[in-house]
Amino acid sequence: MFSNPDLLHFIFGRLSLDSFPFLHDPIILVTLLGVVVGGIAVVGGISYFRLWGYLWREWITSIDHKKIGIMYIILAIIMLLRGFADALMMRAQQAIAFNGAEGFLPPHHYDQIFTAHGVIMIFFVAMPLVTGLMNFVVPLQIGARDVAFPFLNNFSFWMTTCGAALIMASLFVGEFAMTGWLAYPPLSDIVYSPGVGVDYYIWALQIAGVGTLLSGVNLIVTIVKMRAPGMSMMKMPVFTWTSLCTNILIVAAFPVLTAVLVLLGLDRYADTNFFTNDLGGNAMMYINLIWIWGHPEVYILILPAFGVFSEVVSTFCRKRLFGYSSMVYATVVITILSYIVWLHHFFTMGSGASVNAFFGITTMIISIPTGAKVFNWLFTMYKGRISFDVPMLWTIGFMLTFVIGGMTGVMLAVPPADFVLHNSLFLIAHFHNVIIGGVVFGMFAGIVYWFPKAFGFKLDEFWGKMSFWLWTIGFYFAFMPLYVLGLMGVTRRMSQFDDPSLQIWFIIAAFGALLIAGGIGSFIMSIVVAVIKRDKLRDETGDPWGGRTLEWSTSSPPPAYNFAFTPVVHELDAWDDMKKRGFVRPTSGFLDIHMPKNTGAGFILAAISLVLGFALVWHIWWLVAASFIVLIVGAIAHTFNYDRDYHIPASEVVATEEERTALLAKQQA
Amino acid sequence: MLSKLVRGVALTSMFSLLAGCNLVVIDPSGDIASQQADLIIVSTILMLLIIVPVMALTVFFAWKYRQGNKDAEYDPEWHHSTKLEVVIWSAPLVIIIALGAITWVTTHTLDPYRPLDRIDAERPLPKDHEPMVIEVVSLDWKWLFLYPEQGIATVNELAAPVDTPIQFKITSSGIMNSFFIPALAGQIYSMAGMETKLHAVINEEGVFDGFSGNYSGEGFSHMRFKFHGLSQDGFDAWVDNVKADENLLGRSQYLELEKPSIKEPVRYFSSVDPELYNAILNMCVDQSKMCMNEMMHIDENGGGGLAGINNVMSLTYDVPQMRGSQQLPESKSYVATLCTAPEGGLAGELANLPLFDNEQVSRAMSVAPSGVSTGF
Repeated sequence: MFSNPDLLHFIFGRLSLDSFPFLHDPIILVTLLGVVVGGIAVVGGISYFRLWGYLWREWITSIDHKKIGIMYIILAIIMLLRGFADALMMRAQQAIAFNGAEGFLPPHHYDQIFTAHGVIMIFFVAMPLVTGLMNFVVPLQIGARDVAFPFLNNFSFWMTTCGAALIMASLFVGEFAMTGWLAYPPLSDIVYSPGVGVDYYIWALQIAGVGTLLSGVNLIVTIVKMRAPGMSMMKMPVFTWTSLCTNILIVAAFPVLTAVLVLLGLDRYADTNFFTNDLGGNAMMYINLIWIWGHPEVYILILPAFGVFSEVVSTFCRKRLFGYSSMVYATVVITILSYIVWLHHFFTMGSGASVNAFFGITTMIISIPTGAKVFNWLFTMYKGRISFDVPMLWTIGFMLTFVIGGMTGVMLAVPPADFVLHNSLFLIAHFHNVIIGGVVFGMFAGIVYWFPKAFGFKLDEFWGKMSFWLWTIGFYFAFMPLYVLGLMGVTRRMSQFDDPSLQIWFIIAAFGALLIAGGIGSFIMSIVVAVIKRDKLRDETGDPWGGRTLEWSTSSPPPAYNFAFTPVVHELDAWDDMKKRGFVRPTSGFLDIHMPKNTGAGFILAAISLVLGFALVWHIWWLVAASFIVLIVGAIAHTFNYDRDYHIPASEVVATEEERTALLAKQQA
Repeated sequence: MLSKLVRGVALTSMFSLLAGCNLVVIDPSGDIASQQADLIIVSTILMLLIIVPVMALTVFFAWKYRQGNKDAEYDPEWHHSTKLEVVIWSAPLVIIIALGAITWVTTHTLDPYRPLDRIDAERPLPKDHEPMVIEVVSLDWKWLFLYPEQGIATVNELAAPVDTPIQFKITSSGIMNSFFIPALAGQIYSMAGMETKLHAVINEEGVFDGFSGNYSGEGFSHMRFKFHGLSQDGFDAWVDNVKADENLLGRSQYLELEKPSIKEPVRYFSSVDPELYNAILNMCVDQSKMCMNEMMHIDENGGGGLAGINNVMSLTYDVPQMRGSQQLPESKSYVATLCTAPEGGLAGELANLPLFDNEQVSRAMSVAPSGVSTGF
């Protein structure tokens, strides 16, 4: 029976024994062994401690925005390790592949690595960090008990995770795209990339994209409809403002990505000719469309980071944020402008001078509101009382680093200058400068800042500072040489070099990457050490930093219902205002609280989507049909589940709140 | 003290490293690239005007208003100042107005499509000068240069006389690349079925690096060539050298050359089919393919109608067969005959067809709905 090739092909599609690269590549084999051993250890540990039920009930099926936020960030940290391993391999390859040496990565492997690095870092590290932080913080900051659509939130998270899982599968089954992180055709067309790599790329991003889009809708509605009474738009915390703008960008931009990947998918699966060289297709359309999504994406990532810095700088300077309203307007202006700059990613594609100049100048204009923001943070420090806790260190590191990235960004926006800098390592240095110096520093600041809110104890300070210094110094060592190499005319995505005078710079860059590895290790250590020393680092006030916004008014970690009574807002920085007015925490009069109920539907639907994606990649058509039908039927069946909510009885609320009253009294005594 | 020493050593070693390397983008050898380098420097200085004070103030405020410094003024309610707001919005605005004006002007003067008006800052060119034309084709993974005036072609080696304006016409055989010689001028993409242009001049003799600036797959790292800036005598000698060997580049040789290869050595062709570049540009070197410009002409006249549905094979350019792998499936094509190797070139043959030389017919077709073209 198994000698029948047609039957085998029917059952397994394109999948065969040759599809497993670990059978012949030692690097992947070692990775696989590591994953298998680690996986067995994790599964064994969970079984040994009988945690499966707990995980399923309390986390996997949870619709609590706080837990989903935490799970997003865990996903991001895991994927960061994968994406960073890719970065280390690239740095090592480029540091040794000189004078005819081929290094340890042949192009077939190296090209997959830089593609995976870009895709993973943007879609599965930066995006989950941003979404996770927004998920955790926004409802608490606006005095809400959950997001507007709690089930959707759980479903979004699992779709993002399944997208990540599909990419990870490509490491061991088949191969990943060898096209660069935006998969420009004609290289990504079926003729030039006949393997499964680009299909993995398409379906991983489509599955994760559903999650991102739905979570964007969810957070917009939450912010617009669920703010505490009295919190007008101009009394919203800045982080909530930046989250609102980011989610508007997500909702407006991600459908473009979905559409362009559908078109590319049709070219690959259905022999259409949208972007091919044949039959009147045109790859320039793809490049335009992908950047119409891609440029707003940059601001989707950076705006929440700007929000974090705004919260951190006013808290640790013990001072109101300077120029709140100009901060808000700057954010809105950036949101709008981010849609009319996309062409600056391809000045060299042959547009006319007037078109190029228009997009160059609109790009420069974005630096005006961004500059105003930097000044606002600067003047928040003026006449402040600055305590250099770890979040504030990240903020100052950001202010010093980000302006350099901003400067090189404006240089790249001048079209004739871009003609000589485009696609060079100068460009690589620039966008790592703004993404590491902006997004990553911002997310670390946010994690350290809100960690005590999520878990009730602070992160370890020594390892936190180690992480900051190693990341910052490592960043300069890793990317300043790339600026120099760019000016020496070295282009990106090369795996071998002729000119030996370049080598010293790549070695310095590789050293910087090692320092950053130390930074990532120190960050993980700061969590591990904090868990061990949690009793010493515990905060029972719920307000360890002297915070100014509503999330600090409730306990740490907050109860499932966040706030026993919905707070009433009179001023910007509502919690600071309440503290100043001598707010007394109510200790009686609690009512039943209406809450959404956990459901496994999100996890199950996302898991079926993962199967569907895998089947599509490998052309296993019977499984495509089956999983698609199950997915649709399952989604419809879920709508008949009316058992969606429950009430936390007043007695339970009283018990929880009395416990907190006792803790607070002990603090004061 | 120690940290100062360490920093001093680090700084000097940085500068000596920088001095030792060749910053070709900042110190190029062609007039266009020089102007682009000047632009990088001007825009950097303009922005440093604002960045340096911001960085200095950040450090200064962080130090001065540190928690431990109880002498510093503390005003937790100070959060607004209209004067300051005006300054922090208008300072970047002024810089951007200046830089925006420079951008508008230089984007037009340094537009790669614009013919040169000078050899360098001192030597203007007359308006009606004729630049030397070089046709550039990016192949997987090598560069083909065609010299229509000299009738020669080279692979992975480019040469031009100094102080002579050059017009590059650039296209690709399939994958998008970017034609880039940092010492000469900025880059521009090469794309199949399309032609981009670049005007430049090299002002110094020497050998410079050229390569693809846009990732194009497996052989990308080795898609490099040397660009020789030569004196006029040197260039003539180089042309004679290319012509020394009898080596023809026609359609069939091109189709062989086009197949993917890595680390292709330098190759010279002493004579070239004069129609070849146009055939490459229109993706019809393989004569069973319809040329792009002919397809566009048909489309312009209302299209091939329903009969065109079967006209697929001659429009399928990137067939796996050409990539040296799979066999192309048989498919019928009604208009294949239209495009098969007529004497005197395809355009001539097309013009002889009654449908296309009759202006009235074509005008009728351009307004008629599809299906009119019974000629097929």
